[in-house]
Amino acid sequence: MLRFLLNDREVALEAPAPHATLLDYLRLEQRLCGTKEGCAEGDCGACTVLIGRPSDKGMAYEPANACIRLMPSVHGTHVVTVEALAKDVLHPVQRAMVETHGSQCGFCTPGIVMALYAHWRAAGGADRQALETALQGNLCRCTGYVPILEAAARALAAGGQLADPLTTEEAAIAERLRGMWAGRVTLAGHGGTAILPADEDDLAKCLAEHPGATIVAGATDIGVWTAKDFLEISPAVFIDHLPGLAAIEPVEGGLRIGAAASYADLLPWIDARHPWLSAYWRRIGGPQIRAAGTLGGNLATASPIGDTPPPLMVLGAEVVLRSATGQRTLPIEAFITGYRETALATGEFIENIRLPDPEPGTFHTASKISKRRDEDISSLSAAMALRLSDGRVETARIAFGGMAATPKRAHALETWLAGRPWTLETVSAVAAPLAEDFAPISDARASAAYRMAAARNLLIRAWAESTGQTARLEAHAAG
Amino acid sequence: MPRDDRAPQAPGGAKGEARAHESAEKHVTGRAVYLDDIAAPQDLLHTYLGLAPAIGPLRTLDLAAVRAAPGVIATIDARDLAHNDISPTGKGDDPIFPAERTAFHGQPLFAVIAESRDAARRAARLAVVDIAPAPSHLTIAAAEAAGADLVTEPLTLARGDAEAGLAKAPRTLEGAITIGGQDHFYLEGHIALAIPGEDGAMEVWSSTQHPSEVQHMVAHTLGLPSAMVTVKVRRMGGAFGGKETQSNLFACVAALAARATGRPVKLRPDRDDDMIATGKRHDFEARYRVGYDETGRLHALDMTLAARCGFSADLSGPVTDRALFHADNCYYYEDVRLRSKPLRTNTVSNTAFRGFGGPQGMLAGERVIEEVAYALGRDPLEIRRANFYREGRDITPYHQRVEDNIIARLVDELEASADYQARRRAIVDENRESPFLRRGIALTPVKFGISFTATWYNQAGALVHIYRDGSVHLNHGGTEMGQGLNTKVAQVLAEALGVPIERIAVTATATDKVPNTSATAASSGADLNAMAALDAAETLKARLLAFAAENYGSASEDGQVAFENGAITAPGGSVPWTTVVEDAYMARVQLSATGFYKTPEIHWDRGAGRGQPFYYFAYGAACSEVTVDTLTGEYRVDRVDILHDVGRSLNPAIDRGQIEGGFIQGLGWLTTEELVWDEDGRLRTHAPSTYKIPLASDLPRDFRVRIAEWSENAKRTIKRSKAVGEPPFMLAISTLEALSMAVASVADYRVCPRLDTPATPERLLMAIERLRAEAQG
Repeated sequence: MLRFLLNDREVALEAPAPHATLLDYLRLEQRLCGTKEGCAEGDCGACTVLIGRPSDKGMAYEPANACIRLMPSVHGTHVVTVEALAKDVLHPVQRAMVETHGSQCGFCTPGIVMALYAHWRAAGGADRQALETALQGNLCRCTGYVPILEAAARALAAGGQLADPLTTEEAAIAERLRGMWAGRVTLAGHGGTAILPADEDDLAKCLAEHPGATIVAGATDIGVWTAKDFLEISPAVFIDHLPGLAAIEPVEGGLRIGAAASYADLLPWIDARHPWLSAYWRRIGGPQIRAAGTLGGNLATASPIGDTPPPLMVLGAEVVLRSATGQRTLPIEAFITGYRETALATGEFIENIRLPDPEPGTFHTASKISKRRDEDISSLSAAMALRLSDGRVETARIAFGGMAATPKRAHALETWLAGRPWTLETVSAVAAPLAEDFAPISDARASAAYRMAAARNLLIRAWAESTGQTARLEAHAAG
Repeated sequence: MPRDDRAPQAPGGAKGEARAHESAEKHVTGRAVYLDDIAAPQDLLHTYLGLAPAIGPLRTLDLAAVRAAPGVIATIDARDLAHNDISPTGKGDDPIFPAERTAFHGQPLFAVIAESRDAARRAARLAVVDIAPAPSHLTIAAAEAAGADLVTEPLTLARGDAEAGLAKAPRTLEGAITIGGQDHFYLEGHIALAIPGEDGAMEVWSSTQHPSEVQHMVAHTLGLPSAMVTVKVRRMGGAFGGKETQSNLFACVAALAARATGRPVKLRPDRDDDMIATGKRHDFEARYRVGYDETGRLHALDMTLAARCGFSADLSGPVTDRALFHADNCYYYEDVRLRSKPLRTNTVSNTAFRGFGGPQGMLAGERVIEEVAYALGRDPLEIRRANFYREGRDITPYHQRVEDNIIARLVDELEASADYQARRRAIVDENRESPFLRRGIALTPVKFGISFTATWYNQAGALVHIYRDGSVHLNHGGTEMGQGLNTKVAQVLAEALGVPIERIAVTATATDKVPNTSATAASSGADLNAMAALDAAETLKARLLAFAAENYGSASEDGQVAFENGAITAPGGSVPWTTVVEDAYMARVQLSATGFYKTPEIHWDRGAGRGQPFYYFAYGAACSEVTVDTLTGEYRVDRVDILHDVGRSLNPAIDRGQIEGGFIQGLGWLTTEELVWDEDGRLRTHAPSTYKIPLASDLPRDFRVRIAEWSENAKRTIKRSKAVGEPPFMLAISTLEALSMAVASVADYRVCPRLDTPATPERLLMAIERLRAEAQG
């Protein structure tokens, strides 16, 4: 039985199909039509709802794209839709949106209201950068966003978070939700089977019992494949409810990151230990995607344009795989074996990722290049770790995304750089070794020629930045 | 940023009240009902489209597996259609489903009707389709190489003798620009719901800007008289021109399915299929030869505007015409010849999109200015000014005199308020010292012609009922797509009747209330429909005044009687609105009236290329500053200043929203929004994951928008306002020219960079690398 809270009431469902979406359930079964379908791929935000889980402090709510949120994953959560916001009077976010003329056609508006509500609940920043980050996952085609940014700031200024029902009732909500969890949940019906394991040990057991199962974490890829291409995922094993698998812990020399830790969970750790990745990390999707997408998922999907592999490669990250029969550890480069292929064996799952801290005395830099600054997929990305001494390159670790069938280290370039003087002349002459490493393709995101030209120039950027020059546009430099 | 004009204002002032959108509270609470939210009628079925997997002769279309799929009731393809053409211009080139050959990759081939949308979507993938390989022409270049088959008669606009002018001009240059298309990306995709009635009648709810055309097309497709078809639309979740003709197919297929099954049927394609199967903004290639002199004055221009129209004419004739009408922008050409080339290609049939060809023509005209400026080593703003229309140099290439010209004043004011000159000097200086990041600044004007060039479209109707309780039912022929039309029309009506706007109920546009309507397009919605509503109000007021004069003894002749503050007031006293209405009803006064409006003065002779196609012009100017990373081509829009002309604003808040939103949409067109087709003609950018419209973080870091408060329409438009839907879109050209300047800096501004659009980081970097290579070589 699937059980969850929908706004102010409890819902129990016998066995929704593993690929059934929260959006269809809201609109078709519950006729909660305020949540809109704009793209059905998690890119426009018109279907934004809040999903809450019990946390140490009470409840933790995150914005989510209902269009790619698979129903089994809402078990034991609190789903909050736009209909819950205004009872007799408009919520401060809604009031501000009306006052600033923040809606025109109104179709994106409920999703924008929910994204701003999430930001308001978190008492997020009212500065331009914070507001734009809060809106990275929401498209509006009419307003040009000016009044929406103003509404967001006004709502934050109005305050009132402590009186918000989600805050005043959070202890009671958390208790009700905890009561829904008791061991493994199996949802088997004519649409297929979904399993929510009780814990990591049970996950290993599930995968042994169902060797062909699809592991579903944040579903930011799988949700698109099921919605658009009718990908069959049954039996599906859901893992994003397992706290043990989402834990992030400091260990000797770095972090141990549970495979189901989300990009958002990682943000404070990135800011603390890898500030060179802070801006990069905030360009992975928008808040909805960062809350759902997981580090383990990003590796397991093994996309050539995955955002996390290049920095993980230059840091020398390792992937810990587990199955019912044991554990093994692979360097990330050995884990990704080909275009969307990994070393994961049947019955195996990623348990955690070991992410080393930056080596002292090493210059680190990362770049993501895309058509649009935010919520876009890379045309190419790069991460570099350069050990420099006496004006020369001692060692270089460089990895690119979007330049080959997989994210890949630039071994020829690394070798070529080693020992060379770290000068503009050197970084302007990398064409030959780079061409040894990469022969990128042309596609809808970029041409091969552009990818090569930009990749070469990223070496110049690295040199310039390592010598204290400005060679990159910060979105918020001008304030 | 100054936003005072968003503050509420008392009505009755020089400009309209900054009222909130009539549906604003419904928008923010999720209670606004869009078509897909309407409570399903009993027995509702769903239909879905199957799309062509290739271009060429159709050898096999086998739908047996589709019909055998779970939940499927029937299929429909070309063989089932008695009337299979929905060409909006009657050219017979726009089938609902092709019978013999597919014209583009992704063309709808058939429909499947099923018990659920999910079942229909899944079944649609099961068709067995075999299409013979055939040569196809996907691009402007390929179509021209193959002999340039045109979808419609091209247009030439000429004044003077362009060839002679070029021959005698002191200097000449030639150039070209390729201008990319644009997907509308309305957040609500296409959708239609057809409900069968008695005697074969059909009611269709459609997300359309043009209910009367949907009515006509559904009637034609079903073989019914128009009187048997009713089309309704309450609101659209965005349209931007994409629902002017493109709704027809979805409405007709839903109606066919409803007729075939006798049950209500809904059709809603998903985002990908919507983007693949519906037309977009035309991409253009503009080629020009220009004659000029050392002062920067333009002597002669010969320009060809070739457009990728897709497989059928659709609206490509008027779109390419409007491109020509705007290639002059604000500039006088002494000897000029402008020619359109509406090319047939094996791609989706391109259609209306905010600006309707105007932006492409205007961009080409602005590139000409830039080219001349770089060739002379001058600030492009000087060249712009030198060529502005002015007295004695005020005849357009279509022989209309520019009579309401305010561009010089707008540009002067913006130049000063944006501190253009000082900033430009500083940028040129700082660029010299900046190895990687380069800045650019540009100030460009906009002049946009208002009226449909199809003169008969410039008419509108309204229907106003006053009920016994004093409430007012407002209906007009325009459609609400977010632009605030219903709000503006309700404001005009409320003021005319002197009642609070809350008394007015805005109702769904319906072809059985106001017939023979024009598309809500060409920025004309408020101009036309508010006038029609006012006309109805005047009729009702005249009746009520006559009644009041007779019964309350108020004098109606000396103009002292007023409808205001919910009452009729006269020297003799004041009678509350509800009393007047009830008394009038009891005295058997008709409390319902229609209104009508047609735009005066305009005429257009396309064959001769002469006339007065536009009632008036709307103007604006924008100044953009950008920074470009010359290592990657990434850019940031640092600051944009806008001064825009809306005449005397009907609603400053709504007008500001159109200016800001239009600018950002134009910015998307020129920067991030790139449509990519592969060599088989398959659209590769068919969802927001691959097609990138602007996000909040793409806004200019500093965005200063002002309405020209002093402007009022010289023509007798509704309350002397001006149309505002399309003109601000073209203000974004300033950003492209600023990007161009930043690129040009790498070769010390000696060369005008060839910068095609959209100017993605890739196009910017490749232009930079080209200029650097040329500078070295």
